[in-house]
Amino acid sequence: MQVDLTSNYFELFGLPVGFDVDLQRLQSRYQELQKVLHPDNFAAASDAEKRWSMQAAATLNDAQATLKKPLARATYLLRMNDVDLDTETDTQMSPQFLMCQMELRERMEDISSKADPYSEVESVRAEISELTSETSAQFAGSFSSNDFAVARDFARQWQFLDKLARETDDIEAALDEA
Amino acid sequence: MALLQISEPGQSAAPHQHRLAVGIDLGTTNSLVATVRSGSPAVLADENGEPVVPSVVHYGSDASVSVGAKAAALAIVDPLNCISSVKRLMGKSLQETRELTGLVNTLSDSTDESGEMQVPRIVTAGGNVTAVEVSSRILEALKLRAEEALGGELVGAVVTVPAYFDDAQRQATKDSARMAGLHVLRLLNEPTAAAIAYGLDRQMEAEGSIVAIYDLGGGTFDVSLLRMNRGVFEVLATAGDTALGGDDIDREIVDWICSNGEIAASDPSTMRRLLEAAKSAKEQLSSAQTAAIKLNLNDEKTIELELNRTDFEQMIEPLIKRTLAPCRRVLRDAGVDKSEVTAVVMVGGSTRVPLVRQQTGEFFQRDVLTDINPDEVVAIGAAIQADILAGNKPDSDMLLLDVIPLSLGIETMGGLAEKVIQRNTTIPIARAQEFTTYKDGQTAMALHVVQGEREMVSDCRSLARFELRDIPPMVAGKARIQVVFQVDADGLLTVSAIERESGVVASIDVKPSYGLSDNEIETMLRDSMENASDDMQSRKLAEQRVEAERVIEALDAAMQQDADEFLDADEKSQLLSLRSGLQDTIDSGSAAEIKNAVEMLEKGSSEYVERRMNASVRRMMAGQSVNEIEEKLAD
Repeated sequence: MQVDLTSNYFELFGLPVGFDVDLQRLQSRYQELQKVLHPDNFAAASDAEKRWSMQAAATLNDAQATLKKPLARATYLLRMNDVDLDTETDTQMSPQFLMCQMELRERMEDISSKADPYSEVESVRAEISELTSETSAQFAGSFSSNDFAVARDFARQWQFLDKLARETDDIEAALDEA
Repeated sequence: MALLQISEPGQSAAPHQHRLAVGIDLGTTNSLVATVRSGSPAVLADENGEPVVPSVVHYGSDASVSVGAKAAALAIVDPLNCISSVKRLMGKSLQETRELTGLVNTLSDSTDESGEMQVPRIVTAGGNVTAVEVSSRILEALKLRAEEALGGELVGAVVTVPAYFDDAQRQATKDSARMAGLHVLRLLNEPTAAAIAYGLDRQMEAEGSIVAIYDLGGGTFDVSLLRMNRGVFEVLATAGDTALGGDDIDREIVDWICSNGEIAASDPSTMRRLLEAAKSAKEQLSSAQTAAIKLNLNDEKTIELELNRTDFEQMIEPLIKRTLAPCRRVLRDAGVDKSEVTAVVMVGGSTRVPLVRQQTGEFFQRDVLTDINPDEVVAIGAAIQADILAGNKPDSDMLLLDVIPLSLGIETMGGLAEKVIQRNTTIPIARAQEFTTYKDGQTAMALHVVQGEREMVSDCRSLARFELRDIPPMVAGKARIQVVFQVDADGLLTVSAIERESGVVASIDVKPSYGLSDNEIETMLRDSMENASDDMQSRKLAEQRVEAERVIEALDAAMQQDADEFLDADEKSQLLSLRSGLQDTIDSGSAAEIKNAVEMLEKGSSEYVERRMNASVRRMMAGQSVNEIEEKLAD
């Protein structure tokens, strides 16, 4: 069974293709569509319709999650332009960024030995968040001027920062559970 | 019914009578069944006005089975044949079941022929039983209560599960419903059910408020964070502990009684007595400052103790503190600050303990809501959802968006778990992953699916091993096997695989790590039916006939509307021949034959369904953009 709604996620929500997304509009469109397509509307339908609805709702959920999160949206936009991040195979990074990433990692490793680990978590998080805003702005700039190669580099740095942010959350969770 | 016109949601072709559907809260300690009657939801009580069915099943040596209060009354005299808190055993392996604290029953040592399946069985005078079977007895009793109260057969039920239940536990719950002859309309997360009951009752959803549902039941703890907005219930994150609840509080008190009353390790019957005394002390301490504990033991020894609230709170505080880590986690996962939470709802009998309310209130820095009976709120919410899913509220505007509680991953090199679907992803969801072969001519491949957050597979829960077969032989690395992991609205996983170069669909053998295989369930169903009368057969036949007529009617309606738009002449005649094939079996065929013909027709029409659904969504979206242009013009 194939669910064929639209050619891309932006079209699905009636949004213009681009990095800037009206999140409120995305949310309300998403809910309008989900109110019609969600499996809860097909509890008494045939198996084929149930399956279709499940796949349609899954597609909608994926589309919404992709456009809602800025990094996922950035990656998706690049892919729409046939640019892949090749995270697995391409490990090249600017030395400057690698340094900065190493420093952050060292700080993260030391968090648990700090006198006030929670405030250190906050401070690391704030720094990652600042770097992330810078990087995403740089991405947006180069993407809008169709400089996809440069946009790709920023997206990859952003991906690293995102990973660090998630790891920081994990460190905090471990503190909670200790 | 089928082939709904999706541009007009909920509008069925013909008005129909009220369809009987219920919500079931299948709890660790107690279970309830509720329904919506004349527009308002209510719990269905027994003839004595008792709403609660204790989740206890007794198996007698005379093959008798009793459920509920009757079984609970037998717990002290015949503890080994009485099974309580079976929910803690659902979807668990033999090893895990052995490690459970406070299980008084004996587990069977014998493995089945293959020696591989690890479904634990409890030894009773009425034979060895699995957790799924025990649970199905409770569901049967609830079904019976509902059908007697409502005077008819149920079309289905919404059965609630802890939000933090993993795939194996959910599957086990669904299996037990199937065994009880209940059609599951949806597995609904308990905190979400409570949110529905509260949201609709208090118009809480008005301003897009963020609500925390703190659900401490008999054996499980969940906390969910939801955003409610005009009929939309969106779960932002959920966390919990499926082995933490009121039972643990009771055990703390039992330990206290044992050490203060100088009671050594005890037999099952004494253990039951101690638990009863502990429960009663706990309940007294919800309102009083002290609780008197008095119990007569088997050896004529009488114990009289007094437990005060300060000591009680001191002993249970570590347990309650354990619930706060998941509270912090949902906030972090949802990216929500405590100050943004507009209401905290208490669910589950254990939230009657004053210290639980106090600590939760302190944590969220606000008063907690307790105005709907915490024992009934889950069943009420489930009943509201069941009423909608059964089609009784065609103009309902409710939308429920729930999440998967634990990440799903696959085992990769070195025993690492690679996440395919992250926890707190909105369901339903599908994710594809591509694999290749590493040997020339390789035609099979094994996949190990796990659930959990840890990096190592050994620290996650094993869900199933899938074996992909019939991969066309190719040079190593050439095959592109796309494996799709799909989690449906019940939170249940299915896996499918296709080789993309050849388009060959790989067949999959599923070996659930803990649960019952489909075959085992079929066997159990057959065994339980052998004793049933011919009644059963004729009922099955009647049901299949109704189903077949329903399918034909829906197809006719659809084809009349747009057969020419979506089908070419060949396809049309093929479909019509399947239709007449079904029509023929209705009068003369057996239940199985009709079922088979229905399946053939549904399969044959699936492409048609797909085309018209896709087209109808596109039409709908085109309509939207027209509206938009109109809006803009109006501005």
